[in-house]
Amino acid sequence: MKAAIIVFPGTNRERDMRLALKRASGRDPMMLFHREAALPAGLDLVVLPGGFSYGDYLRCGAMAAQSPIMRAVKDFAAGGGYVLGVCNGFQIMIEAGLLPGGLLRNATLRFLSMECRLRVERAGTAFTAQWQQGDCFRAPMAHGDGNYFADNVTLDRLEGEGLVAFRYVDEAGQATDAANRNGSARNIAGVFSANLRVCGLMPHPEDLVDPLMGGVDGLPMFQSLAERLVSA
Amino acid sequence: MKARVYVMPKAGVLDPQGKAIGNALEGLGFGGVRDVRAGKVIELDLAEADPAQAKQIAEDMARKLLANTVIESFRVEIV
Repeated sequence: MKAAIIVFPGTNRERDMRLALKRASGRDPMMLFHREAALPAGLDLVVLPGGFSYGDYLRCGAMAAQSPIMRAVKDFAAGGGYVLGVCNGFQIMIEAGLLPGGLLRNATLRFLSMECRLRVERAGTAFTAQWQQGDCFRAPMAHGDGNYFADNVTLDRLEGEGLVAFRYVDEAGQATDAANRNGSARNIAGVFSANLRVCGLMPHPEDLVDPLMGGVDGLPMFQSLAERLVSA
Repeated sequence: MKARVYVMPKAGVLDPQGKAIGNALEGLGFGGVRDVRAGKVIELDLAEADPAQAKQIAEDMARKLLANTVIESFRVEIV
């Protein structure tokens, strides 16, 4: 798997992402700076990692979405490329129009730095192939603006087309209000694009990929990608 | 030509910031605050001298960057 991680000013989770991708695929991903206007040829996956790109000015992800590299990432996605966005990366995707909806301030107004529990809503994709539908796993989260919002028509469409990737759930695997700490619409933690090749989520699966981190709950996502995106 | 762009959370979109401000106002003893919505104002100094043109430019800017029209609405005022 030939992967590239995009680094913006203020990105701070790129090394965690690199570790996760390398661990799963055995291949070190390349780091690309936001000023690049083109992606290298032959990429299998582009990753937008977490952080606080451009200091969250205007809206989280709004500035990064306008950077030169994002035009290339949008073209890459439009051409059927695989793109993963985590946390600020998800916010950037939303701002760039790669995924539907919006991410509002957390309903509690608090920055949430804690572990959450996610349920796999759609297995069998390049991001979730190593899980079964309904599997639950732990993931750290750390964000102030992760409250997923979309109008009801969009939410119904996402659900109807099976484009909800992950939901916040409790210990019993139920999508309760208590488990939905940031107040996201219908407990949605992550979504797919219509072609299932673009995935964005707020929590950080890349931060649970080694027993030294406290578990390997997030590893299946990167193993799924590594297995599916075998370079020619 | 100066333009002022008002960006507000759309009606129906949860505004936790506005809620918190409302609660704080109540805590200060200001009764009768039914609702608070918090947005932002962006002032632009444009080279365009024609007010109608300037308004159009500012609206285009708002649609493309200054507001996220999924969650926010905007209004442009030429000053």
